[in-house]
Amino acid sequence: MNIDFSADELAFQQEVSTFLAEEFPEEIRNKTANSIELGKDDYVNWQKILAKKGWAATNWPVEHGGTGWTPTQKYIFGNECAKAGAPEVMAFGLKMVAPVIYIYGNEEQKQRFLPDILASNVWWCQGYSEPNAGSDLASLKTTAVREGDEYVVNGTKTWTTLGQHADWIFCLVRTGAADVKNQNAISFLLIDMKTPGINVSPIYLLDGSPEVNEVHFDNVRVPAENLIGEEGKGWTYAKVLLTHERTNIAGVTDSKNRLKDLKEKAAKTSDGMPGSHSMLSDNHAWQQKVAELEIELLALEYTELKTLAAVSTGKAPGPESSILKIKGTEIQQTIDILNVEMAGYYGLPFVRDQFMDGFDGVPIGPDQAAASAPIYFNNRKATIYGGSNEIQTNIICKAVLGL
Amino acid sequence: MDFSYSEEQQMLQDSVSKFISTEYDWDSRQAIAKSETGFSADHWQLFAELGWLTVPFKEDDGGFGGSAVDLIVTMEEFGKGLLVEPFLANTILAGTLIAEAGSSEQKTELLTPLMEGNVQLAFAYAEPQSRYELANIQCSAVINGDEIVLNGHKAVVLNGAAAEKILVSVRTSGDACDREGVSLLWVDANSAGIRRESYASVDGQRAADIWFDNVTLPTSNLLGDVGEAIDVIEMTIDRAALAICAEAVGAMQMSLFKTVEYSKIRKQFNTTLSTFQALQHRMANMFIEVEQAKSILLMAAMEMDRLDGKAPKALSAAKSRIGKAARLVGEESIQIHGGIGVTDELDVGHYFKRLTAIQFSFGSTDYHTARFAAS
Repeated sequence: MNIDFSADELAFQQEVSTFLAEEFPEEIRNKTANSIELGKDDYVNWQKILAKKGWAATNWPVEHGGTGWTPTQKYIFGNECAKAGAPEVMAFGLKMVAPVIYIYGNEEQKQRFLPDILASNVWWCQGYSEPNAGSDLASLKTTAVREGDEYVVNGTKTWTTLGQHADWIFCLVRTGAADVKNQNAISFLLIDMKTPGINVSPIYLLDGSPEVNEVHFDNVRVPAENLIGEEGKGWTYAKVLLTHERTNIAGVTDSKNRLKDLKEKAAKTSDGMPGSHSMLSDNHAWQQKVAELEIELLALEYTELKTLAAVSTGKAPGPESSILKIKGTEIQQTIDILNVEMAGYYGLPFVRDQFMDGFDGVPIGPDQAAASAPIYFNNRKATIYGGSNEIQTNIICKAVLGL
Repeated sequence: MDFSYSEEQQMLQDSVSKFISTEYDWDSRQAIAKSETGFSADHWQLFAELGWLTVPFKEDDGGFGGSAVDLIVTMEEFGKGLLVEPFLANTILAGTLIAEAGSSEQKTELLTPLMEGNVQLAFAYAEPQSRYELANIQCSAVINGDEIVLNGHKAVVLNGAAAEKILVSVRTSGDACDREGVSLLWVDANSAGIRRESYASVDGQRAADIWFDNVTLPTSNLLGDVGEAIDVIEMTIDRAALAICAEAVGAMQMSLFKTVEYSKIRKQFNTTLSTFQALQHRMANMFIEVEQAKSILLMAAMEMDRLDGKAPKALSAAKSRIGKAARLVGEESIQIHGGIGVTDELDVGHYFKRLTAIQFSFGSTDYHTARFAAS
């Protein structure tokens, strides 16, 4: 056991870093550095650059156009991207629906959907949660009734992130009779968002952003060929997808990046104690909190590496990925609140326009201080989505501890 | 020992509570918060008629009495309704400074119209570099005969946009951070050389950054002695801190109540959330936090009314402990609500936002923990 990179790995690190220096667009780098919200074009643009290099699908098998990287290579790639301020690719297509398609889809579906996902030609969104099916996802009520060679879909999906941009949605729907046990009645269906009868309405979050949506289906007719795998097996497929979602959810590289930024800014911020004349970075209480956070993140980084190593030996990410979800989101939220704390009074102004592309007014507060509280508010979602942290705790209780 | 309110305090609480429950429902509050000025002029007149704008002031100044307990009785009820009217900026910040440092002429000119609801005031004290250090002042006031020239930048001034007259902490001598050389003055908000950038704050209130560029004013606008203002400023900020502690206690009670009620309605896994012991315990912890917060608030208010010099330490204890409670109660109320808790539509998220703003106003939780340790 050792943690040093081999000569090949060091060469790979150099290759990634050179690629990022040459190809990562300055425009996106500036936006990220200034807390400006990235738009659909930014994500599409960046993913196309990655796809051209063959590096878009780090989690896919080579046969479908994935990188076939070792866990160490993925780790190096993630780290270098974080260092360069490059955003993670949108997960819905590449990391969420694609694995279900290449594992459970038929040949025709693989041909039809995977190339466009890889090339970032199609924007996907997720149709899982419903107004009355949140943590208890299996109680979902959206129905897909078979009529000839079509399904007729009725119901409402909610918390659909960036659904306003989506070309396609992957949905969990009920295909079984009402008396079939919940989990055996669920199927996995791909739906073109342009189909008549689909209506998307925004939900505004605490930071004022229309980031998520409700998607309403009113007698939406979907070709039966869009069903993945078998009817009634959707829950099994979704569970595989959910464990993929959970490994992505840890956000270790992003947290490392944000922690670095936090420390740099604290060295330029007065600690505000009477007569102290020192910087926040020299304040003992602050140092203690930042150190505890950094240590927790370090432990999580190695927990993630351990999980990746296990995956590379052929094991599917198991319930251990619940640890990544719980600790990863807790760490993100600790960074969120420390940023608010550092902002002091400049955490108060709600100046959303200031962080939109093309803002040309007078910015309020230093750096991104005024973005801190909206980010903190918005990201309370992190411990709720992707299977809330309470659900993750239940998974550990049942699947790991056998309680 | 007596923890009961006086008859007058009980009547005051009933009157504010009745207003919040009958006139300040959630939709009305949101409509006011989103209006152009961010508060209701009609409500403000009503507050004046009901005598609420006199609460922080002594009877000699024409006030209700001015005790710290009067203040927390009022603010706790305002906290339950998430009041957006600028009560704090006007009466507690600007008003206390005028009452404590102003001459009788200045009280007639500023305090009387304030209590009558006829003027909007603000206190500009924070600066971009100051964080919570009140003597960290770069705004300069140069006195030349009977004229003052004011220059500088004040940050996040509560009620800074609506204010017609602005009280400003300035440096008249010494270096940044010196306690000596801090003075207090007031300036007409429409004076030449004043520029304001106003905005909503994250908790639905209004604030502004204000720049002073060679603003001239007469020396008669100075409040109190030149260079000696830091003590009255600190006392005023401590009273404001106590006021928002009380507001937090009101807001936390509502957060807890709404969370418990929601848990009894929301069904997942064929049962209500309220039946899960893991969540029951977390709501019980929220309850404990609220009770500890209420207790330390009373302690601080009573210490403040004893006028024996122990008030700052007591206040720091309260602000630190209530800040900790506010974070836990705010965050847990969202988590237990789940997705609906992070939407703009539901009130619980707005209580959370106000509870967050309170933690970082007039000294953060860490600031007051350190001040408690040092005093």
